[in-house]
Formats: sequence, C-alpha cells, structure tokens
Amino acid sequence: MKKLLLLLLLTSFIVIAHAETAEEKGLAIATEADLRDKGFGDFRAIMTMLLRNKQGEESLRHMKTRVLEVADDGDKTLIVFDQPRDVKGTALLTFSHKVGDDDQWLYLPALKRVKRIASRNKSGPFMGSEFAYEDLASQEIEKYTYKYIRDDQLNGQDVFVMERYPVDKNSGYTRQLVWLDKAEYRPQKIEFYDRKKSLLKTLVFQGYQQYLEKYWRADKMFMENHQTGKSTLLTWKEYNFRTGLQDSDFTKNSLKRAR
Amino acid sequence: MRAFKLLITFMAAASVQAGEGSGYVALEGRYFFQEALDPRQEDTAFSVSAEPEDYHEWSDGRQSITFKPFGRVDQHDDQRTHFDLRELQWTYAGAGWETIVGVSKVYWGVTEAYHLVDIINQTDLVENPDGEQKLGQPMVKYSMEKPWGVLDLFVLPGFRERTYPGESGRIRTHPRVDVDQAEYESGAGKKRTDLALRWSHYLGDWDVGLAHFHGTGREPILYLGLDGNEPVLTPFYEQIDQTSVDVQATKGEWLWKFEGLYRSGMLEEFFAATGGFEYTRVGILQTDNDLGMLAEVMWDERGDDASTPFNNDLFLGLRWTANDEQSTELLTGVIFDWKTESKLFNLEASRRLGQDYKLTVQARGWIDISADDVLLPLNHDDYLQVELARYF
Repeated sequence: MKKLLLLLLLTSFIVIAHAETAEEKGLAIATEADLRDKGFGDFRAIMTMLLRNKQGEESLRHMKTRVLEVADDGDKTLIVFDQPRDVKGTALLTFSHKVGDDDQWLYLPALKRVKRIASRNKSGPFMGSEFAYEDLASQEIEKYTYKYIRDDQLNGQDVFVMERYPVDKNSGYTRQLVWLDKAEYRPQKIEFYDRKKSLLKTLVFQGYQQYLEKYWRADKMFMENHQTGKSTLLTWKEYNFRTGLQDSDFTKNSLKRAR
Repeated sequence: MRAFKLLITFMAAASVQAGEGSGYVALEGRYFFQEALDPRQEDTAFSVSAEPEDYHEWSDGRQSITFKPFGRVDQHDDQRTHFDLRELQWTYAGAGWETIVGVSKVYWGVTEAYHLVDIINQTDLVENPDGEQKLGQPMVKYSMEKPWGVLDLFVLPGFRERTYPGESGRIRTHPRVDVDQAEYESGAGKKRTDLALRWSHYLGDWDVGLAHFHGTGREPILYLGLDGNEPVLTPFYEQIDQTSVDVQATKGEWLWKFEGLYRSGMLEEFFAATGGFEYTRVGILQTDNDLGMLAEVMWDERGDDASTPFNNDLFLGLRWTANDEQSTELLTGVIFDWKTESKLFNLEASRRLGQDYKLTVQARGWIDISADDVLLPLNHDDYLQVELARYF
C-alpha cells in the first residue's frame, strides 16, 4: 500500500513536471487555438490595405479573398486584386502545406498568363505592404515550434505570452512573441524579430467579431515596422462563412476567372 | 494635323468609355537613335492607346460577359493606328468545367525570352516587337478539370492576320510587309476553322502541358513581291500541325523551364525548343529587393532558314523587383546568336506613380546583326520608348 502510494505520488509528480515544460505548454496553447478555429469550411472576405510611409504618404490596396479549409493539410487561398488599378484582375492561388513549400500560382491578366512561382519568397513584402506573405499565410501548428513565456494582462484581458520559432529556414524571422487572450485563444499582438534577432515589426489585432457563433476574426490588423517607420492597416470586410466553395473554385482555370 | 485631331478625339472617347468600367489610356513616345533606312520613316513617334474593359457577372459569378476593345492612334504609321476587339466573351463555368464563347485570349507556355509554343492568338506585332501583344481570337473553348488534369478543347472559327508596321513605321523589314497581299494555302483563306487541344496538369513541383494545333499557321512565310513598282514582302500562311510540350519544375529558388514543338506543313517540317532557368535571390543585402537571374537557350532545327531569329540563341537576363509601394520592376537582358554573333539588347522597367498612373520604359538595341540574320533590317531601329498610362 505504501509502495503504491509512493508510485502514485511519483507518477503524478512526473505528470506535473511534464506539463510544466514551457515548450509543451506553448504547443498545447497553439493546439487549442488551432482546434477552436477548425471546421469553418470556407469563407470569403474583402481586404483593404492602407500603406503609410515615414513621410506619411498613403497608398491603398483593395482585394478579395477566398479561403477553403483542407482537412489534413494547409488551406487553399485565392486572392484577387482590385486596386491599384494597374494590377486589377491579378490573382494569387496558394495551396499551403503543413510541411514543405507551398504551391503558388500567379495570374497576370494582361498576358492571360498563369505562372507557377517560387513560394520560398515568403519573407518578401505582400504588395509593397508591411505584411510579408508568411504573415498572411494559413497558420498551421507545424509551421512553428513553441515556448510558453508567462501569463500577463494586455488591455485589461488575461493573456498567455508565448514565443514561436518558424520551422522554415526561409522565414524572415528568428522568433515571434505572441499575446493570446485566455478567454478565446485569439492572437492580440505579435512581435516579429528579424534574422539579426532585433525587433522588426509589431502586429496588433483589433475589433474581433464572432462568426457562426464560433469563429473569431479581427476587423483590423495594424502592422508597424519599427526599423523603417512604415505601417500598414489591414481592414477585413464582408466576411461570409460556408459559402459553398469547393476544390474546383481553387484551380488554375478559376484563377483566370476570378474577379 | 488630321492624325493629331484624331488622337484627341480618340483619347476623349476612350476616357469616357473607360470611366464606366476599368482599363487604361496611355500616351507613348518612341525615339530612334539612328537615322531611318527609308526616307518615309521618322525618328520620333507619339501615339495614344486605350483599352477599356466592361465586365458583368451573374449567377454567383458562374456566368460573365467581358468586353475589352483596344485601339491605338499613331502619329505616323497608318498600320500601327489600329483597333482590335481583344475580348468579347461569354464565360459559363460549373464545378470542374468551363465554357468560353466569343473573342478571347489564351496563353500557353513557361519561358520568358521567347514564347515558342503559344499559338492560339495571332501576334499584334505593330504593338511591340517582343510579340507579347496578341489579337483577339474568335473561339469556342470547353475545359474539363479532372483528377488526371485539365483538358481544353478549342474550335477557332476565323483567322487573324499578323499585323506589320506600315511604310512610315519603324522596327520593320526592308522592304516592308504588305499585309493587303496576304495569301493562304487553304482555299477558305481567313474563314477556315482551326482546332486545338491541350492537356495540362501539375504534380508536386511539376507543371506540364501537352498540346496539338491543327490549322492555319500564325507565323507567315514572307515572299518578295510588288506593290505597284515598290518591292514588298507578302505573307503566306500555310496549314500546319503543331505538337508541343511545356514543362516547369519549381524547385525552391530555381524555376526550370522547357518548351518544345514539332511543326509540319506543306513547306517545312521541324523541331524547335527553348528552355533554361530563373534563379531568384529574395531579400538581397538585407533589403526587400529580389534579384533574379535568367538563362534560356533557343534552338530551331531550320537554323539560318528559320522564320524566327531565335534559332541558335542564348538569352541572359536579370530581373530586379523592388517590392516597394510603387511596384518598381526591371527586366534587362541580351539575346545572343552564337552562330551569327548578332545581339539583341533589351530593357523593360516600370513603376506606379501615385495610385492610378504607371510609367513604363523600354529600350531595345540590335547590335552586330549579321547579314545572314532575319533581324538585319532592325540594325537601324535601336529605340527608347516611354509610356505613361492612366488606369481607371
């Protein structure tokens, strides 16, 4: 009996010790956040980007996006540009993968040409904005390793603070510091550290709305580059979930048709 | 003066039309560095072009109609002053299939310097010597998307003749091509219906296309003829069968590309191929700039008898993408014929100005063109072109 008690004590101690690993806890938080966003099916939305440089000069990007959830892999995404006018009709099709490079095709309407492009360019700016392709790509658990840092408060909300480290060597970041609210596991703030490990950008999420009584999406995402003084305000509008999109809406042909 | 009035009227009309949908109006200037070979040609030329677009869709985007006319008024060249219906098409798409009926444009291929296998649309050569501008082609296209790939079937009623610069136009042959004297192998002439078939698919890193075209060749054979007392070249369009393949392997920063074809007709049968790579370094020198290096080989079995100048050539190029708010881009390179040692130097750069304007600069120079090369007459047509476009 004494022996059994000791064994029980020992096992529970191991379990506790195991649960307290910062890496394990980080992964557990990321897994829970991912689980809460599963099953959305598909959605359509309109994205507006307001780019502002150091001198305060502004330019506008306007695009439509369609996303299809893929069960055991990364999502399929179609983005069609509407503004600036000279790139109107240009469209980008991405099949993201949990592991390895994404597949990406770019449609150039002037030549009616669909080009397979090198998706390794994930650290590059998206349409001259402060968002890199990888910031907008579907966030799969496998794309990072995690480390829980601390519990904290942000704007009156209880949050987890954790670090995540991109698995892909082609990422522009060495680490990201993420603030997730404890209530709904939504990212509230992300700090991005560049390859020289210095603070590059801060992303702040604002105006979370709940769709289908389950899925949370931020109305606004504000990205500020601390090294260049430039910023981009990304506004999401007209979110529509479960619109009946299917695989055939994410093909090279549909890329040419997309508006 | 009359041409100038026409320019103004056209510009006004185009901007009114463009205001309802989208599209652009552009002002272009060309400056030629050498004196023209023909006294009827000029050393500077201005022109205005417009391409408005009207698009309507219904039944949740499954059906749509696109209307996209194009027009250019050139200060000197009456052949470059031209209008074309680039698109007037009805599209009807369902899950895994698509039908297009009307005038449309289709692009095939993967390479950058020379678009070898692209054949559905005729080249609008007066627009740009690079051959990338195309005339609208009447077609019925049916497309099936299956697990084994995409199958496109084309019925192409009616043939479009290639455009060539007129007597006062630059970047042309000497003697000039007289498009009014075009002749055909087929008795049906321009009214013949052509057929084409294409299978394309992607597997992992590989994108593959296989195609066959049966009909009137887009590339004419030019014969010496007469227009009154003036010697001219007259185009002859033969019936051809062309089987082609295009492949791209996307391996990280490396894009490997290949296009090959076998063409047979009444007058010739031959193989031709082009291929190479594009290697891109992203974020060079810890900036947002990308730098790409391109190398492509062009080969044609006909050698010096080829109707194309790209028979034994090597293209080496650099592509710089700034990834800035103005989308600044530059592509420069040289195409070098290793048999004749002729060189074609090429530069294209563009940048957005403000929200709605785009500035494009092109420069081309033909250097050490050998007497055997079909490009010989262009030896005197090195030029710089600046275009400012306003988008709607």
